[in-house]
Amino acid sequence: MERSARAFTHNAHKALADDVLQDNLVKLKGNFLVRRERARDSLPEFDVLRDEAKAIKDHTLAHLDLYLEAFEAQVTATGGQVHWARDAAEARAIVLEICRAEGARTVTKGKSMIAEEIALNPYLEAHGIEPVETDLGEYIIQLANEPPSHIIAPAIHKNRQQVAELFADNHAHLDGRLLDDIDDMLADARKVLRERFLKADIGITGANFMVAETGQTIIVTNEGNGDLTQLLPRVHIALASIEKAVPSLEDVTTILRVLARSATGQEMASYTTFSAGGRRDGETDGPEAFHVVIVDNGRSAMLGSEVQDMLRCIRCGCCLNACPVYGKLGGHVYGTTYSGPMGSVLSPSLFGIDEMHHLPNASTLCGRCEDVCPMRIPIPRMLRYWRERETERGLAPSTARWGLNLWSAFASRPTLYRRLMRIGVGVLGRLGRRHGGFANLPLAGGWTRAREMPAPEGQTFQDRWQRGERP
Amino acid sequence: MTATSTPHVALFVSCLVDLMRPTVGFAAVKLLQDAGCTVDVPQQTCCGQPAYNSGDRDNARKVARGLLQQFQDYDYIIVPSGSCAGMLSHDLVDLFDDGDEAVLAADVAARTQELTSFLVDIMGINGVAASYDGIVTYHDSCSSLRAMQVRDQPRRLLESVNGLTLREAQDHQVCCGFGGTFCVKYPAVSSAMAADKADRLAETGADTVVAGDLGCLMNIAGILKRRRSPIRVRHVAEVLAGMTDTPAIGDGRPT
Ligand code: SF4
Repeated sequence: MERSARAFTHNAHKALADDVLQDNLVKLKGNFLVRRERARDSLPEFDVLRDEAKAIKDHTLAHLDLYLEAFEAQVTATGGQVHWARDAAEARAIVLEICRAEGARTVTKGKSMIAEEIALNPYLEAHGIEPVETDLGEYIIQLANEPPSHIIAPAIHKNRQQVAELFADNHAHLDGRLLDDIDDMLADARKVLRERFLKADIGITGANFMVAETGQTIIVTNEGNGDLTQLLPRVHIALASIEKAVPSLEDVTTILRVLARSATGQEMASYTTFSAGGRRDGETDGPEAFHVVIVDNGRSAMLGSEVQDMLRCIRCGCCLNACPVYGKLGGHVYGTTYSGPMGSVLSPSLFGIDEMHHLPNASTLCGRCEDVCPMRIPIPRMLRYWRERETERGLAPSTARWGLNLWSAFASRPTLYRRLMRIGVGVLGRLGRRHGGFANLPLAGGWTRAREMPAPEGQTFQDRWQRGERP
Repeated sequence: MTATSTPHVALFVSCLVDLMRPTVGFAAVKLLQDAGCTVDVPQQTCCGQPAYNSGDRDNARKVARGLLQQFQDYDYIIVPSGSCAGMLSHDLVDLFDDGDEAVLAADVAARTQELTSFLVDIMGINGVAASYDGIVTYHDSCSSLRAMQVRDQPRRLLESVNGLTLREAQDHQVCCGFGGTFCVKYPAVSSAMAADKADRLAETGADTVVAGDLGCLMNIAGILKRRRSPIRVRHVAEVLAGMTDTPAIGDGRPT
């Protein structure tokens, strides 16, 4: 996707002024998190499972090379083929090469964040191959020509009316008719997509996991579209980033138990599909060929760094649902594939802090993301880490840097600090005494646009205390 | 750690309490003394959090250094602010890698407590002898709740206040949008979050909102005042200490 993280502030103002979006976001908040809490409460060992899931991933990341090699060996042994891509360009080229070798014209796609990350769709289109999204949410935003706004619910920012309009404009058989019933819309989308499924030469999916023990890729969906994407066409390409490796099936089951509960509040997602190799002699269905494209694209540099913990992420989206900033703005404002708290750590890690420097700052560090994260990822700590890199590189606005230098010059000299504050607070206290606050303060224009600035009481605590005042 | 019956405590007066709301400092002193503590107020400025959270470790360290010297030799360091308490008990240690300073920082961290949780969890206080006539709703500030595990303690104390009715707001655990420098860097987003918070608070029908952090309180008071809401804003310590005859936060003095 086209990245626009530099325009975060501008994007945010637009999002706040968009009444329809604001309406849609309220619904999101009510939905996922409440269900997640119910699911958590009904599973007493939820927190124990989180610890186990975290430990599994930490162990895997510590030996990632070994597990990836084991995975490759198993895929090969079961008749599949593994391709390694260092970056987005290599990944795209590998996919295109497979498509060309198969003479493919149309590919169906299950939802895949890594495909978004490497901007696969526009690339395929530019090379004469038509990609068709089959996840309903992805399909909707493909029609709207927009990137996803949420990792598990890509079209969460759209309401029913907007979807009906997209269908009316794009489904010829509707002749411009607006469907207003959700079931009718689903049926309509299904009809259109079914034809595409049958036409497709290749199915491309993401992978939630790569199991080293068995060489299987696993996808977790709620619509079954992923199954059809990988089963019907002659060829299945699974795209996965390196951190998706997991040692064994046993490990996967542990992680699956926290994944669905955190994502949608379900005990298990509706479909969990395991793929291993292509169709073997005597088998009657499944793709003839199975390719796994393993993408690095900046992740191996995260290993052993301060942001390694981010690689535990299983893309459940729970931190997005919990984040008050995401909840106010939606995902598009972040201007990159990954939004919300996880994206604000991952995006600078993958695409560089220079371009992404707004994102780690666009958080109140309230800690709710870490609180809900099933993989116990210390997101606030890593947001702060990126803020430090921003400071080091001199990317922070110079007013802020000056302000902090000045502040620390005073705050590290208590006597001077006390004298100075006494004067400042005295003046502000007198000015604000009558009204109790300031409707307008120079230097605090942003604050006072929607809020008053409460006035200080007029004397500092320390002065009063030094003068012997006691309660 | 066991509490002596008359612990010698240092009050960490957060910079916002010092500058904006001295009443909170005196209320904290009163609560601590009533609980049987001897209270000192060492020379201090700030915990360093503004710099730390802005990604400026050097300046944060510079400011925190003074603190390490001033706050030795006390049984506890009590903070009437969840976020400064979080800074002292979790983040300070992260600023000093090794050597004497790191030892001191770990020591300060181990002895730091948020005010209400100190009173309840360590001093075993279950009630206060204050009165407050009104319906009160408690806003959980993020650091109190998540960094300092403060949740039931202030509520338990508030419920013991004579005449006070406690009423929960929806989303009481959701951030008010203050976030230190966040409200300066992204004022529009911060204001929008504060507006949501104000809506939730108004829905309760409470006449007073209290919290344990002055940052949140100033943010909340600022938006309520702009809306000309009749809801009063106070630090939880003021209500618990019965020190509510001063104007509420952001309110003018009667002329
Ligand atoms: S960071 Fe945690 S909560 Fe957020 S998507 Fe990843 S696993 Fe889920």
